[in-house]
Amino acid sequence: MPQHETGGAPGTPAHEVRDFLRRRSEEIAQRWADEPLFRTVFTVSREEAVEAGRAVVDALARVADSQRVEDPDAAGFTAVREQLARMGAARSRAGLSTTQVASELAALRPPVDKLLVADLERERPESLRECSTALTVLMGTLRLVAMQTALSEIQALTDRQRLQLLEVATPVIKLWDGIVAVPLIGTLDSARSQVVMETLLNAVVDQHARFAILDITGVPTVDSLVAQHLMKTVAAVRLMGAECVVSGIRPAIAQTIVHLGLDLGTVRTRAGLADALAHCLDELGANIVAAAPGGADRK
Amino acid sequence: MNEAFSHPVAGQVPVLRLGDVLLVTLQGDLHDSMAHRLQQDISETIVRSGVTGVVIDISGVEMVDSFLGRVLAEIAAQSALLAARTVVAGMRPAVAITLVELGLTLPGLRTALTTEAALESLARPVAGPRSGGGRGESP
Repeated sequence: MPQHETGGAPGTPAHEVRDFLRRRSEEIAQRWADEPLFRTVFTVSREEAVEAGRAVVDALARVADSQRVEDPDAAGFTAVREQLARMGAARSRAGLSTTQVASELAALRPPVDKLLVADLERERPESLRECSTALTVLMGTLRLVAMQTALSEIQALTDRQRLQLLEVATPVIKLWDGIVAVPLIGTLDSARSQVVMETLLNAVVDQHARFAILDITGVPTVDSLVAQHLMKTVAAVRLMGAECVVSGIRPAIAQTIVHLGLDLGTVRTRAGLADALAHCLDELGANIVAAAPGGADRK
Repeated sequence: MNEAFSHPVAGQVPVLRLGDVLLVTLQGDLHDSMAHRLQQDISETIVRSGVTGVVIDISGVEMVDSFLGRVLAEIAAQSALLAARTVVAGMRPAVAITLVELGLTLPGLRTALTTEAALESLARPVAGPRSGGGRGESP
């Protein structure tokens, strides 16, 4: 970057840009207030938009002052980070894609550039070009900062939701004295199956359960990894001294399991949750159906 | 090891006989010498008194390694040779998870949630190869 090579002398392009930004901050803010990005976010009053624009111009001037126009981590940006995040979020809510927000941010540059050219008309062409380049780099960095902030917000949201999903999606239900069930919903990955296993085993101890039913009706696909997780859970339940029944195997899943050649031979399976419950009740000797002694239908 | 020699009683796991069943309660760590002694005690007692079942209560075991898993499997195998059924009772969730993660699912071993349930399951007639509805068969 040329502004680094020329050192910290007052005449560097970055400092020229800084002086220009400070001199013209009011006009730039006024022009930005008419741009879609500011106009649509700050709908209450034009004053508010101008105020926000002025804050951004100030931040840019501070960054230019520190000679770090290409550095998104420059200290000057911290002040406007939150504001940029709010603006980005507002535009996303309005249904704009990230690319569209980025191009709206890019649209902030031309008005400033025009002002700069008008201001430095009398300067040498080289110095004008250098200043213009510095300004362009600075605006590019601003765009980067805004995008960075938006992305980190999204990341935080995703992390929070993943945690919530882990907590929410694994209820253990007591179906009967000594029978607990876990309805599994969604894809089973290692982290989730670990949580399922822990909650299920603790429930087995707490409820003195002799049977645990794993219902996979809500699991969209069963591949070898999911099957392995299921087998592990079944084995752990068995080690605890309870019996595990896997239920909710849809026809398509039964076919997939056979096609993949997965061996679920040691796992007791039933088609539906009702079948599994009937099986467990039967084994507990708690038949609901009125029948002659020993006449319950066994499979 | 030195401790085991100076306090021979402390290094020994008691093997209690309750009617037709042997009750063994494991607590804390099981050292090599203790495990060896325990296996010997169990097999000798089975032969001497002709019991038909062994219940190993491991509810006091908080940590487990592959060694303990192997000892349990060996006890079960040697008891089976002497015509006694072995039931492991009271395994903690953390222990079960560790054993499964170690790949030790102990397929030949019978398990029960509590010692009571273990005694109950031994009192029931032999279910043969456990499959289908062998378990809750009430007379």
